[in-house]
Formats: sequence, C-alpha cells, structure tokens
Amino acid sequence: MDKSQNNRAWFLVLPVLVLVAFSAVIPLMTVVNYSVQDTFGNNAFFWAGLEWFEEIITSERIHAALGRQVLFTAIILAIQVPLGIFVALHMPKKGFWASLCLILMAMPLLIPFNVVGTIWQIFGRVDIGLLGRVLTALGFDYNYTSDWLDAWATVIVMDVWHWTSLVALLCYAGLQSIPEAYYQAAKIDQASRWAVFRHIELPKMRGVLLIAVLLRFMDSFMIYTEPFVVTGGGPGNATTFLSIDLVKMAIGQFDLGPAAAFSIIYFLVILLISWVFYTVMTNLDRETK
Amino acid sequence: MKRPGSAIVMTLYLLFLMVPVYWLVNMSLKTNAEITRTFTLWPQDLTFQNYVTILTDPSWYMGYVNSLTYVAMNTVISITVALPAAYAFSRYRFLGDKHLFFWLLTNRMAPPAVFALPFFQLYSSVGLFDTHIAVALAHCLFNVPLAVWILEGFMRGVPREIDETAYIDGYSFPRFFVRIFMPLIASGVGVAAFFCFMFSWVELLLSRTLTSVNAKPIAATMTRTVSASGLDWGVLAAAGVLTLIPGGLVIWFVRNYIAKGFALGRV
Repeated sequence: MDKSQNNRAWFLVLPVLVLVAFSAVIPLMTVVNYSVQDTFGNNAFFWAGLEWFEEIITSERIHAALGRQVLFTAIILAIQVPLGIFVALHMPKKGFWASLCLILMAMPLLIPFNVVGTIWQIFGRVDIGLLGRVLTALGFDYNYTSDWLDAWATVIVMDVWHWTSLVALLCYAGLQSIPEAYYQAAKIDQASRWAVFRHIELPKMRGVLLIAVLLRFMDSFMIYTEPFVVTGGGPGNATTFLSIDLVKMAIGQFDLGPAAAFSIIYFLVILLISWVFYTVMTNLDRETK
Repeated sequence: MKRPGSAIVMTLYLLFLMVPVYWLVNMSLKTNAEITRTFTLWPQDLTFQNYVTILTDPSWYMGYVNSLTYVAMNTVISITVALPAAYAFSRYRFLGDKHLFFWLLTNRMAPPAVFALPFFQLYSSVGLFDTHIAVALAHCLFNVPLAVWILEGFMRGVPREIDETAYIDGYSFPRFFVRIFMPLIASGVGVAAFFCFMFSWVELLLSRTLTSVNAKPIAATMTRTVSASGLDWGVLAAAGVLTLIPGGLVIWFVRNYIAKGFALGRV
C-alpha cells in the first residue's frame, strides 16, 4: 500500500513515545549511569570510566554464563523449530478438532512463567513427581537437583513443552493461507510429499517462521524465571544463564557497576542479532509485494 | 481427521502437553500426607481443602485480585496508546518512522532482568512502589510495542479508500476512527488485548520486583510460600491450577484469531 507523507502523524505516535520514554529510556539511562561510576555507598558516586566494561569482558564467570546461554538457545532453536513445523503440518485444518488442538496447544503459553517452573519441578521430582518416578522405575539414575545433565535435560524439555506450540501456531497460520488450488496442482503434477513441502509449504511459511525464530531467539536468550524455579541455576552453576547471573549480581550482591555494564553488553548482543533478523524480515516483506 | 498418521502425531503431542498439567491437577486434589507418603495416579483421598485454603485466606486470594487488576490496567493503557500510533504507522510516512518502529521493537527485546533494578529505583522515587499502576506501566515496556505491531498488521489489511471516502463524507478524524475504523479492526483489537493480557499475566520478574504487600501478584505469593512452609505441595499445586483458569478463559474467546495474532497480524 502506498503511504502518504505526513509529518503530523507524529502527534498520533506521541502518547506511545511519552509512555515508552518513561518506562524504557529513563531506566536505561540509569543503567548507563551506573555502568561508568563507582560508589562507596551513601549515594556518593565517582567516575570509573570503562573499568566495569573491562571487568565484565574479561570475566570468566560471564564467559561461562554466555557459553551456556548460547548453547541453550541453539539447542532450543534446533529442537523447537523443526518440531513446531512438524506438528503444524499434522494439525487438522478446520472444524471442532482444529479448535480443540488450538486451545490445548495455547494452554502452556498462558501459564505464568513461575507456574511453568513449579509444574516441572513437581513433575520431575524423584520422590513425588510422575516423570522422576517413572524414570527411576525404568532404571535411570535421574535427579535434576544433583546431576547437571539431568538438570539441563529437564530445563530443555520444559522449554520445549512451554514454547513449541508458539512455533507450531505460527506455522499453522502460514499454512492456512495456502490456497487449496496449489495442492491440487501439485497432485496433478504427481509431486512427492517432500516436493509439496519444499516448494509450496515452506516458502509460504518463510515469513512466519522468521517471526517464530526471532521470538524464540529473544525469549530463550533472556530466559530467567523457569530455570530459576526448577533448578535455581544449579547444580553448581550448570544452569545459570545470563539473566540468572545478572539478577544474582544486581540484586543479590548489589554490584551495581559491573551489573550495569553487563546489562548494556547483554542488551547490545540481543539487539544486534535481532536487528539482523528484522532487516531480513522487512526485506522479505518487500520482495513478496 | 483424514490421515491416521496425523491423528497419532497430534495425540502424542497433546499428551506430552497435558501430562504435566494432569499431574498438577492431580496433586492439587490430594492431601499432603498422600503426596509425600504414597504414589498414586489419581487422588485416593479426594480433598478440596487446598482450594478452600486459598479461597478463604486473603493473603492468597488477594494475589489473584492484584494480578488481574494490574493486567487489566496494562491492557487498557497499552491498547489506548497503541491504537493511534498503529494507525500512523500503517497510513503515513513521516520523519524517522522506520527507526521509531524498530526502536519500539527493541523494547520487546530488552531482557526484563536488565530493567528490574532501575525500575525499582524509578518507581520508588516517584512514590509508585507497590502499587498496581507501577506494574501496569512497567509491563507497557514490552506490551505497547507488541500492541503497536499487531494492530499495525491488522490495519494494513484495511483499504485506504475507506478512510478517504469517510473524509469526503465529512467525518472528522476522531469520529471516523471510533465509528468506522474501530469496528473494522475489532478482531485486531481483540487479539492485541489478548496478547497484552497474556504477557502481563505470565511475567513475574518485574511484577515481583515492583511490589511488596499491597499489589503482590499471585505468582510471587506462590514463590514465597514454597520457601516459607517448605512442603505444602497441595496448596502450591492448587494455586498453580487456579492460575491456569484466566488463561484458559481468554483463549476460548480468541481461538480463531490466535494464530494470526502470534504472527503479529502478518499472515
């Protein structure tokens, strides 16, 4: 659609601008402020320059947390995206069953994050949880509070449980927009199931898939509550992801300077990667028009 | 369902989704003695005592009232400010529009953990700490950009000619917007409201940081009880089950638009 040039449109955007400035810009400036200053308490601050940034960039603790975070996000994307597509392809197209599937699949998305954690904490416990009990009965030495591999597996399965539906729902929306005629043409050409997927379904899902990957990347990169409730970042530091580490540093130890520097680097990393996604996305939008 | 293979896949997937929920519900209907001493697939000694505990104790049920209060406030604020902005983005080109749009989106990308401490200080300094409006405003951080995105997607689908015809017919902008345009994007508004509700409802880190007593959300009440009484699993499970209900209700209303909404109106 052609848009007309009109700078008075700024007035319509103004309320959003004021609100977001209050709830984002002011707090962000506080963070920037802390990141370049040091304090001995009593609200007396003095200039520290880039000291905190150097400390964070060279800190092994942060490197380890970043490593875990990248690994976690990579695993999450590698599981949820293919699984989501797979589920979407098998969803009923319309009628009662379609509605039922939609509602049941959306359920996990509307559960408060810490309740998701609680559900899996209860579900996985060896003494009272169904999962823990069954795995133990099958002869596995499963215990997510003491074994790091079990803790990782639990957190990953929990996230798959929590968010795969989002990818599936998005792909489902993309698939719904494919006209029936495409499939009929494919049938006449005797296209294989794979060819239909590769040349009809996948291109139609490209746009929504990108949104799905963007959302899943952002949210898994800032995951906090769910693993915190289940494992508390442990055993040891095995599931201490970036946000958990940050909250520990800022609110637990009250190391304002390093925490602020950490925040800024953390935000910039997410911003950079998301910007790449966003650029690709808008370019795709333009191509298809 | 046409293909039996699909039915099997979907059944397995839905089972995977529902089994942990079943276990939660199962536990909420048991006594603590049954939970810790025996292992049963359904309650042998069916009890609603856990629910009674929650629904009769103000320190518990006020958590739900608080959560629903700030969620409702947040939804209203987000939609109200997002509507005109989304209209501007969908209809006009103006100085810096693309950058502004991306900047809005960056707020959705900001890790709440980054904002927890500065929010605490900001709202304390303006005297809003531990009020519902503080949490509602804080959640605007990610809900307003989201609402703008979704609404813009829906508004793009409305042809421009409708606007122009209305102006020629002598409608003023506010009257056109409320009388003609809003009904056309009603489903978009519904979906945007649903998403604001959802993300405000599930968020815990910020709402916990910004409240202590008067506006404490149910989710935070739950975490405190775990650490304090240690093993009251039945009540914890019952509280969890009760948090599923508002979500379940709103899904029902938007079930036909939910997929389009997740695509931010861009399908």
